[in-house]
Amino acid sequence: MFDKILIANRGEIACRVIRTCRRLGIKTVAVYSEADATALHVEMADEAVFVGPPPSAQSYLLIERIVEACKATGAQAVHPGYGFLSENTQFAQALADAGIVFIGPPAGAIAAMGDKITSKKLAKEAGVSTVPGHMGLIEDAEEAVGLARDIGYPVMIKATAGGGGKGMRVAHDDQEMRDGFRAARSEAKSSFADDRVFIEKFIEEPRHIEIQVLADTHGNVIHLGERECSIQRRHQKVIEEAPSPVMDPETRSRMGEQAKALARAVDYCSAGTVEFIMDRDKSFFFLEMNTRLQVEHPVTELVTGLDLVEQMIRVAAGEELPLTQSDVALDGWALEARVYAEDPLRGFLPSIGRLSYYREPEALDDVRVDSGVVEGSEITMYYDPMIAKLCSWGRNREDALETMQAALDSYYVRGINHNMAFLADVMGTPRFRDGRLSTNFIPEEYPDGFQGAQMDEAVRATLLVVSAVLQRATADREARIAGQVEGHEKGVGNDWVVLMEDEHVPVHVTRSDEAIWRVALSEGEVQVQSSWKPGEPLFHGRISGRNVIVQVDRRGARWLLTHGGTSRQLLVLRPHAAKLAALMPKKQPPDLSKYLLSPMPGLLVQLLVEEGMPVKAGEELAIVEAMKMENVLRAEQDGKVVKLHAEPGSNLAVDQAILEFE
Amino acid sequence: MQDIIRQLEEKRARARLGGGQQRIENQHAKGKLSARERLALLLDEDSFEEWDMFVEHRCVDFGMADQRVPSDGVVTGHGTINGRLVFVFSQDFTVFGGSLSESHAAKICKIMDKAIQVGAPVIGLNDSGGARIQEGVDSLAGYAEVFQRNVDASGVVPQLSLIMGPCAGGAVYSPAMTDFIFMVEDSSYMFVTGPEVVKTVTHETVTAEELGGAITHTSKSGVADLSFENDVEALQMTRQFFDFLPSSNREQPPVRPSFDTPNREEPSLDTLVPPSPNKPYDMKELIEKVVDEKDFFEVQPNYAKNIIIGLARMEGRTVGIVANQPMVLAGCLDIDSARKAARFVRFCDCFNIPIVTFVDVPGFLPGTSQEFGGIIKHGAKLLYAFAEATVPKVTVITRKAYGGAYDVMSSKHLRGDVNYAWPTSEIAVMGPKGAVEIIFRQEAKDPEKLEARTEEYRTKFANPFVAASRGFIDDVIMPHGTRRRICASLAMLRDKKLNNPWKKHSNIPL
Repeated sequence: MFDKILIANRGEIACRVIRTCRRLGIKTVAVYSEADATALHVEMADEAVFVGPPPSAQSYLLIERIVEACKATGAQAVHPGYGFLSENTQFAQALADAGIVFIGPPAGAIAAMGDKITSKKLAKEAGVSTVPGHMGLIEDAEEAVGLARDIGYPVMIKATAGGGGKGMRVAHDDQEMRDGFRAARSEAKSSFADDRVFIEKFIEEPRHIEIQVLADTHGNVIHLGERECSIQRRHQKVIEEAPSPVMDPETRSRMGEQAKALARAVDYCSAGTVEFIMDRDKSFFFLEMNTRLQVEHPVTELVTGLDLVEQMIRVAAGEELPLTQSDVALDGWALEARVYAEDPLRGFLPSIGRLSYYREPEALDDVRVDSGVVEGSEITMYYDPMIAKLCSWGRNREDALETMQAALDSYYVRGINHNMAFLADVMGTPRFRDGRLSTNFIPEEYPDGFQGAQMDEAVRATLLVVSAVLQRATADREARIAGQVEGHEKGVGNDWVVLMEDEHVPVHVTRSDEAIWRVALSEGEVQVQSSWKPGEPLFHGRISGRNVIVQVDRRGARWLLTHGGTSRQLLVLRPHAAKLAALMPKKQPPDLSKYLLSPMPGLLVQLLVEEGMPVKAGEELAIVEAMKMENVLRAEQDGKVVKLHAEPGSNLAVDQAILEFE
Repeated sequence: MQDIIRQLEEKRARARLGGGQQRIENQHAKGKLSARERLALLLDEDSFEEWDMFVEHRCVDFGMADQRVPSDGVVTGHGTINGRLVFVFSQDFTVFGGSLSESHAAKICKIMDKAIQVGAPVIGLNDSGGARIQEGVDSLAGYAEVFQRNVDASGVVPQLSLIMGPCAGGAVYSPAMTDFIFMVEDSSYMFVTGPEVVKTVTHETVTAEELGGAITHTSKSGVADLSFENDVEALQMTRQFFDFLPSSNREQPPVRPSFDTPNREEPSLDTLVPPSPNKPYDMKELIEKVVDEKDFFEVQPNYAKNIIIGLARMEGRTVGIVANQPMVLAGCLDIDSARKAARFVRFCDCFNIPIVTFVDVPGFLPGTSQEFGGIIKHGAKLLYAFAEATVPKVTVITRKAYGGAYDVMSSKHLRGDVNYAWPTSEIAVMGPKGAVEIIFRQEAKDPEKLEARTEEYRTKFANPFVAASRGFIDDVIMPHGTRRRICASLAMLRDKKLNNPWKKHSNIPL
């Protein structure tokens, strides 16, 4: 076994690997860029080596620096995590040359699987099902129909030179095939000046299902069941789970055997993942093999009880796998939600900055948080904006989902925007609950993008009750202020009215014990058990026997409550005050259409217009840099710039006015 | 007897209706509440004791003899806010447009006189068209009587003004002399001369909102301290604000039970100050994490944002917070920020509120606009205010404390009681680069040498140790322990006694 391992990565995965090493009594070496000098993985490791400036191409991706760091610290092996150098054959080779063990598969396997064509070919040879299709030239429509019948409808016709959906057609029968073939061909010709097309099986309601394999250097290969990763946004996985709700033991074992066959075919060792796409009829086809630890590996760990990083280390040290295929048992259900620093209400724009408040749901059972940050950490523009992987486990899918919702409710993050409302909303949809997943889930369920989580009746009732308790607890405390006129001390009334949006809801709140409240609404009375104290960001309570967690923020006289993915402002007033509040005019938010607002926090790189300049719709106005990306802001309509509100080089906040139109 | 009681009831009913139901509805249509409705929101339920309900004006000119409304356009009296005594007046726009008559003024003066005698704050709800023109100089005299009370009460009892409608002409000077002004957005404005006069005299076209609305006064002029969306919010927040204030200069600020612990550590503060000296950070995070329950009641948040002021509690006791904000103008001092903070420091000192100062100041803002605008005298105001203050003063330097601005920001030399510095602090005459360019002027053409000198200067002065070796800093503290250290210092200082030399009054550079 190794004495010291270097982790050639950062963030949550570096921390995750370090935790396992610590448990195994292995010393750890972290590497870090300038941007990560105070990062958690640096603090956690026994030693840390600086490897360069913030951009990863100048630090984490520099093979030489990493090898040097190993030599300087005497690390005997390197765990590459995922991303960065994890599937880089040169890196594996450089380590081998230096006599350092690469904790991963042999370079040959990485190379073979890294090439799309080779990997498909190898897969086919190993007996893995691949997407049926005809790659050769097709002469005419009748030949196309013949081929389509062989493949089996529906089929997809694609332009060989294609891309962006142009020249693509789906055919369900001979007639559609004939029409589609001609149409695709002419479209391909006009779009790409190349009318060659090919056809392949069209996968309906495709699901992304992958098999985790584990192999050692003694020829043992096992699979650890599947993970379903169908919930994706622009090919980025968002929610993963193990097992898959669609899986049956027979299919699992067929997929598993194929994955193992592929692993054997390339002399695989270490952990790897074989990705499949599954059709509505449960037929599955090989996509690719990832020759590294996957981001979503925790769900497999949660249902198998194995530590994959530990197994990778042991395999790299030459040990034999401690279990055989028949020892692998799947216990319960696990979910993983990727918490990203992004704003789901603004087209998922990245959000960078300091995590000014950050509290993980540590008090909950069956919750695992893989993160590389603490309160005060910075989410920078240089790296992946994933904050953490939030995982939950349950005896069944329903339990795991319930725990996940509680975990999201108690995950308190302020300072940057994050996608937790979106995650909660996705997992709250009936379709997700039913397990009817597909890689088209997000575009289908959110055709117009995410507009904010829908508040259901249960959430609404919770917010009402909780706000009433918060208000009453606060009022009780206010009434204990010193300096009151003796004999005229403040008494706190029991009747209140909760104002939520346009609703006025009368409530009767009494305290029957230090931590027991009774809240009566028109539909009945509920008992609330909570020891919440003013100032606490999380309200933990039991409402009518149900555990409830609500995030509590103050906005002036209002409560800003977050629960079930929903955030609402509530004002709780005494009845006479509520009556008067009803007289207050509804104010329209100020008209910002005259302004160009920064859609994200970032740096104003350049202003392309001047005061007094007329602009046409679509004209470039300014460039804002965030997350290493330059975003060009354009005029939405014709107009004239009357005033500039920011200078190039200035830092912009979200919604900060950059310039003003006439 | 029965007849008298009947008459009394009638008079009361009339008084309660002010200018009549129709006018009350007009007031509602404008998004405004009536004078009495406002008091009902401001005060504890059933605590209001009304005075002078039957007062009427004595004017007989211009047909006024036939128009008499009991209360004469202002509701006055006392009540409680969370059980604590407060005197109030609430102008009634439905009666002669809330205009100020001799007797209207007399009612206000009456409660102010009593407030000073018993030592309780005064809250004025302003909604008045201005002087009762029919009364001529009597009305002006009334204003002056109120002004005199404002001055007499200043520094004796806290005075708050809520502007909830028009407040124009001479009328603005009463709120101007009170401690804080809160405005209601869209329905209130304040100016000395209105848009019509402005148009005639200077030919500028400006709306009342632009000239003196809530946004103008909270962001451009700094006249108002806060603005609120509507009457209800304004009055609710006034109640919260009131809880911070002592009843008078004879009393300590009220203690409210706190659920926070003085020993709470905040590890994230250790990474608040970025490694690069030129990178900003948000000072408000430090304030929120240091005070009780994250509860910081900031005032003037949109004016001179390079300095932050506001009230908070430590161990349940009110403290005034003054802090440079590195996010805006690098946190430097300029005319507006010096004036903003100086008045706040003096307010705290008047009312026995300890001052906690967080310092990250690179100096004074250079430039002709500052010099021509009199930064010398305006900057001196903040220096003067800190120097004059005898309340407990605890200071924490987080990063830069350069030059004269270091002295100004509640330094040891200005009788700072406890002065702490974070390890990231740099206490020096100026930044290393600037300093070296002056000391080694002859080497200015050699960038390499200059760079070496800069590094030398940085090593020597860009740290808290030189200041600490002189005793100008009492201790270098870890950021995560800031709350604990401040709480301990404030607890130690609770019975601090310090008197300035006897004087009639001081002569602050106005």
